[in-house]
Amino acid sequence: MAEVMRPEKFDISNDTSSLASPELLHVLAVDDSIVDRKFIERLLKVSSCKVTVVDSATRALQYLGLDGDNSSVGFQDLKINLIMTDYSMPGMTGYELLKKIKESSAFREIPVVIMSSENILPRIDRCLEEGAEDFLLKPVKLADVKRLRDSLMKAEERVFKNIKHKRELEASDIYSQLKRAKI
Amino acid sequence: MQRQVALIKQSLFDQGYLDDQFIELEELQDDANPNFVEEVAALYFKDSPRLINSIDQALERGSFDFNRLDSYMHHIGASKVKTECTMFREYCRVGNAEGCLRSFQQLKKEHAILRKKLDHYFQLARQAGPKEAARRSK
Repeated sequence: MAEVMRPEKFDISNDTSSLASPELLHVLAVDDSIVDRKFIERLLKVSSCKVTVVDSATRALQYLGLDGDNSSVGFQDLKINLIMTDYSMPGMTGYELLKKIKESSAFREIPVVIMSSENILPRIDRCLEEGAEDFLLKPVKLADVKRLRDSLMKAEERVFKNIKHKRELEASDIYSQLKRAKI
Repeated sequence: MQRQVALIKQSLFDQGYLDDQFIELEELQDDANPNFVEEVAALYFKDSPRLINSIDQALERGSFDFNRLDSYMHHIGASKVKTECTMFREYCRVGNAEGCLRSFQQLKKEHAILRKKLDHYFQLARQAGPKEAARRSK
């Protein structure tokens, strides 16, 4: 195909990072307990996920670039598919972290899962109302993590297929326009 | 040797020192990570004494900031130790200082016992060979 038209709109080959076929999910895990961090990290690795673990909600916000010190410009390439956070943490709780994430335009679409060792109904309700994807009781089971991963992979696959299809349509559209122009 | 390890593990389960979570942890072990359970236990026994100490000091001072005591205890719960933790936290919830002191003494005892038993178990398991440590007993 000739270089006849290269408007920005049909920039097909760029931005492969977000277009790579569904691969490893990248999970950000937040927990103030060192034992729990080791455990959730292992669960996620066994489930074939890429893991980043931090020990506080503040550090999670720093990692995401939401702490106000950095603008989010430098973090465009950061691809997080899921955030799993403990509820009870000193300083900022998992619930407060959840709210901050849902308030951010860059990250509000990322599913946030809350983990807690306490089965407190009002707490669960509050989190779900604030937009949490799920609420897991500790100790978290491998089955829980696999279930999460599977449903996320399905969602990613759907998005990937949609984009791919859209681009195929755009490509065939360019092609037919070129054919007409060339006569 | 391997049978001994299996027997000890079974008795730890029977006496309530270990529960299903131990099995879950074992299932996360593989050839690349054969000592995961032991590593977790080691971390726990590195972390929990610090928390126990904090509670000890607070109680000794006569400081019954139940919220703070409760948050220390939050991370200590492990099987039999968990029972005592739960009781301690209940006492915190209702502001019962004497109950806190009593359950805390019991907890320290259980914690020390658990530590000794697990140390012994892991030592034997290592000697018996990595395969045994990863196998389930139930």
